[in-house]
Amino acid sequence: MARADAGRRTRSLLVAVVLGHVLLISAQVATPGGPSLLRTTVVAVVTEFQEFSWLVAGAFHSVWDGYASLRGVRDENARLASENTDLRVQLQQARADAAGAGDMRALLGLRPHLPWTTTGAEVVAGSLSPDYRAITIDKGLGDGVRRDMPVINSAGVLGRVALPAGNTATVQLIIDRSAAVAVRIDRSRTEGIALGNGDGTLRLEYLSATAEVAEGDTVVTAGIDGIYPQGLGVGRVERVERAGPAYRRVVVRPFADFSRLETVLVLVAPAPVWAPPLTAPERKVDR
Amino acid sequence: MTALRMAALVVAAVLLQGAFSRSGGGAPGDLVLVAVVAVGLLHGRLAGLLTGTAAGLLQDALGGGMLGVSGLGKCVAGYLAGVAGTQFIVTQWMSRGFLFLGASLLNSASFMGLSMLLGLRRYDNPILEVVTQAAVNAAVGVLLFYAIEFMPTIREQWNAVLERRRKRRYH
Repeated sequence: MARADAGRRTRSLLVAVVLGHVLLISAQVATPGGPSLLRTTVVAVVTEFQEFSWLVAGAFHSVWDGYASLRGVRDENARLASENTDLRVQLQQARADAAGAGDMRALLGLRPHLPWTTTGAEVVAGSLSPDYRAITIDKGLGDGVRRDMPVINSAGVLGRVALPAGNTATVQLIIDRSAAVAVRIDRSRTEGIALGNGDGTLRLEYLSATAEVAEGDTVVTAGIDGIYPQGLGVGRVERVERAGPAYRRVVVRPFADFSRLETVLVLVAPAPVWAPPLTAPERKVDR
Repeated sequence: MTALRMAALVVAAVLLQGAFSRSGGGAPGDLVLVAVVAVGLLHGRLAGLLTGTAAGLLQDALGGGMLGVSGLGKCVAGYLAGVAGTQFIVTQWMSRGFLFLGASLLNSASFMGLSMLLGLRRYDNPILEVVTQAAVNAAVGVLLFYAIEFMPTIREQWNAVLERRRKRRYH
């Protein structure tokens, strides 16, 4: 008898918990506001422990990376040295171009391109579930990190700050299935939206039917989504597949290697924008 | 004490998942789900239900997703694992493997179904990913149970070794 009662109670509890989940989800769908206090507190507490466990796991990884997996380092070194030389040449070229553009802006009387204010952060945890593609970084509200700030590394765009807590923040990566970035094909200037596929690649959507897209094209941010400033490297077109008369499936391989994220940069200043001259010409007033 | 141990297991699974995925690329398995099913099997449906709820909400909160989307699948998976543990004899590695596999498929179906229903995510062809995840979860779950079962034996053997040493010292 008592056992049957206990079973009935547990079943009732299951129904209550499932209903609770449905209500919780419904509440969030109805009011998609900022993160709740409960969530921010949970993140702040748990990420403190995460930092410690990350350190322990990092020690294991560094032993493996430093001693056990050094095969092919010499070849890689030679390849990197050659790549470095090429990049230096490209950097010189880019500097020359930038100087030219600066002169042009001065001539036009425009504001100089504002530099981005960035803060460096270390990754303290990876994805906590295979269903999410997110990382936790060791900078949070206390360091000026706010929601929706872009996060990049030397390779390109990584994601945006989804949930800042006291000293840490959760970053949603662009490869997450619910992530989206407004992008542009650098060659043809065609704009579209890059969505995460969940398998480490992105797919381009909302491209115009006549848009020119080819394998190997560079994809950069378009700067029209209110999160990512324009011109940041996103990835390279890996495949263009026809899927019907008017539909193409465009797969993009991101520049960033998401399997080895250690340090990142958070863009804490608003994206630079072209602005009108500081002093507008005075209007003549007829008296 | 049991509740404390269960909470510690879930928190450890969450931390391990984050620490060993070591990136945003994600891990092929879900240690948190494995922990939830293990608790359900060992301690019954109520424990499985509560652990699944807490673990799922924690994953949602820390992953930056909508609260409850992971929690729903995990609480049902934990509950059903508890029911299976009390109604059937789940002691062979194969039956345990099937239980973890089933729980993993149920969890994935719940998460993906809710995500698509709410328009949060799109899944073009997730079968390979779901099956891989279920297989990894099943393998990890079976190994975890072996470890749990061998723990008392190892402890007994260790105590016997200590006892022998103590006796030798006296003689």
